[in-house]
Amino acid sequence: MRSLRRGAQGSAARRDPAPSRLAYRLNRLALTPAVRRLVSTGLPLLGVALAGAVVIGDAGRREAMRDWSDELIETFQNRETFMVSGMQVGGASGPLAREIGALLGIRFPVSSFDLDLGEMQRTIAALDAVEAASLRVRPGGQLQIDVRERHPAIIWRSADGLELLDRRGHRVKTVEGREMRPDLPLMAGEGAGARTAEALELVATGALLSSRMRGLARIGDRRWDVILDRGQRILLPERNPVGALEQVIAMQQAQDLLGRDVVQVDMRMARRPTVRMQTGTAGELRKIKLSELGAD
Amino acid sequence: MTDLYQSQRAMRAMRRAAMQRGVIAILDVGTSKIGCLVLRFDGPDGFRASDGVGSMAGQSAFRVIGAATTRSRGVRFGEIDAMQETERAIRLAVQTAQKMAQIRVDHVIACVAGGAPRSYGLAGQIDLDGAQVTEQDIARAMASCEMPPIGEGREVLHAQPVNFALDHRSGLSDPRGQIGQQLACDMHLLSVESNTLANLIHCVKRCDLELAGLASSAYVSGISSLMEDEQELGAACIDMGGGATGMSIFMKKHMIYSDSVRLGGDHVTSDISKGLQVPLATAERLKTIHGGAIATGVDDRDLIELGGESGDWEHDRRTVSRAELIGIMRPRVEEILEEVRMRLDAAGFDHLPSQQIVLTGGASQIPGLDGLAPRILGQRVRIGRPLRVSGLPEKVTGAAFASAVGLCLFAAHPQDEWWDFEIPADRYPSRSLKRAVKWFKDNW
Repeated sequence: MRSLRRGAQGSAARRDPAPSRLAYRLNRLALTPAVRRLVSTGLPLLGVALAGAVVIGDAGRREAMRDWSDELIETFQNRETFMVSGMQVGGASGPLAREIGALLGIRFPVSSFDLDLGEMQRTIAALDAVEAASLRVRPGGQLQIDVRERHPAIIWRSADGLELLDRRGHRVKTVEGREMRPDLPLMAGEGAGARTAEALELVATGALLSSRMRGLARIGDRRWDVILDRGQRILLPERNPVGALEQVIAMQQAQDLLGRDVVQVDMRMARRPTVRMQTGTAGELRKIKLSELGAD
Repeated sequence: MTDLYQSQRAMRAMRRAAMQRGVIAILDVGTSKIGCLVLRFDGPDGFRASDGVGSMAGQSAFRVIGAATTRSRGVRFGEIDAMQETERAIRLAVQTAQKMAQIRVDHVIACVAGGAPRSYGLAGQIDLDGAQVTEQDIARAMASCEMPPIGEGREVLHAQPVNFALDHRSGLSDPRGQIGQQLACDMHLLSVESNTLANLIHCVKRCDLELAGLASSAYVSGISSLMEDEQELGAACIDMGGGATGMSIFMKKHMIYSDSVRLGGDHVTSDISKGLQVPLATAERLKTIHGGAIATGVDDRDLIELGGESGDWEHDRRTVSRAELIGIMRPRVEEILEEVRMRLDAAGFDHLPSQQIVLTGGASQIPGLDGLAPRILGQRVRIGRPLRVSGLPEKVTGAAFASAVGLCLFAAHPQDEWWDFEIPADRYPSRSLKRAVKWFKDNW
């Protein structure tokens, strides 16, 4: 009978191929899905995360890494290929181009990575004198700025002073005096700026009177008055002011209405134009009538 | 009895839990080898019809993902003899199979070859009074079977209903829903020695495994080796193992008888060892390489070197002719087969309509057995190999693995056993409570 005690066989006994109880249990543990996942994925991840945390945790090393990356980025961005050496402004008059240059304040040469074209475009477009702007960096390292300027179409006299407005009523710039732009029509009154298009239409209609037309006045932000020289004024209605003005011009051409001693033509009621004469003129007129007709 | 009923039910629950997890192991603790297979259950749709694999009696539901065999140690006659040794061998087999499957298994289904199985046929009958047969009625019918005197120290391993009769119609496979006056039930009960079972259960427990089922080795060999029509028409499966030869008789796809002879291939080996004065390992090698059951003229001239390391030149240079080797093996094989014949006759196998006998197991691979066996067992003998199941490695498809493969099928589709049915309601202690509730309902 073989020995019942394991040690009694001596070390010369053949090695048992069967796993020991502990080895068997460990093997089963290792084959447990959760443990397998932990060992194959969890622990390596944890190790990498720990190593990363240790490396990142040191402030000096962090600083050095940031410097290194900054330097790398800078070297790349400052390559000759990406450098911008000059700026060209197209479509703008001399003073505006200078103003744009001063506004952007770029010190050339500069890397194109440092140019925020979008922001610059917004800055330029925010100028009153600029209607639209487009920017691009041309091959060859030139910053090309194409500007469409606003053209003043009318002068607006408001409480703030004299302003030049373009066709759409947008402010272009401020002028000191009317005589600086005698070629432009004048308008006045509160809220006139918002109705520039209508004003320009009136001015165009009143071209036949232009030699006599002094300007337009916005009354109570409701309706227009056309101011003529010799203190004459045409009161236009709120609705269809252009039609009313054409009616006055027709009367002027037919009867030389404005050549007479008339102070005010009131067109506010289109069906009943009303004329106010100079003080005393009405009396004169009546005397003339009386003398023509006889004294009774 | 209730203990066993409960533990068998617990094992069924364990099997269901293993199915949920999808991994279950098969453990065949035999006398000459211990086999462990790891099965993965992928659900019923593992294969499509386009794969060329049909339903195949349910075994397409699983796949063998790990297989290992190791030399058995400490097992004699299919019973555990030296528990420490056997436990180590089981550990080795399970660990190797786990390594191949790359997954841990917790549930295992094992089979028992020894333990002197004994079959009993039981009959029970209940009155139905013209009601429909329900599952409860079937349980009652089975409970009405009288428990045979299986003897002290024995346990019930299988208790399968094999036949139902309703009034005068017999041979019903499923009487549920039918109407009759009397329901009769035939049961086949297989008992084995409880010590054998306890030893096996203890060994499995020591390996940190949960037992999810126990089956008789002869029964599962029959499942895997008999064709479907053989199971239906009646056939006997002889599982010639190393230390024990199990036999199971099938009829109408139910096992109706099982027995075992405590003789096997290991006895042939020991005969060779004694007859030729060689070590057991050499004898085993001679048996598997040169062995046979029928000698022919050419075998006289076929000389086999016996070898040896005794240092005695004369002793180490002996040769033996193959005819002599066969002459040693044949009487023992004949003895086994005659013993089997005796047991079959005692069981009344010759009264069955079909006399088909299928030989399987490791010892059935002796060349010439197909010529020898018909002289003893009758003309309708064939050597069977287990069914092919998917994923099974080539080296474990031989006849020696009939019970392992059968256990796979058993794991996938266990037959209804007595403990698969509910306890009859009149045995519940809750009946008094129900009566109380009924009294309240009636009176309020």
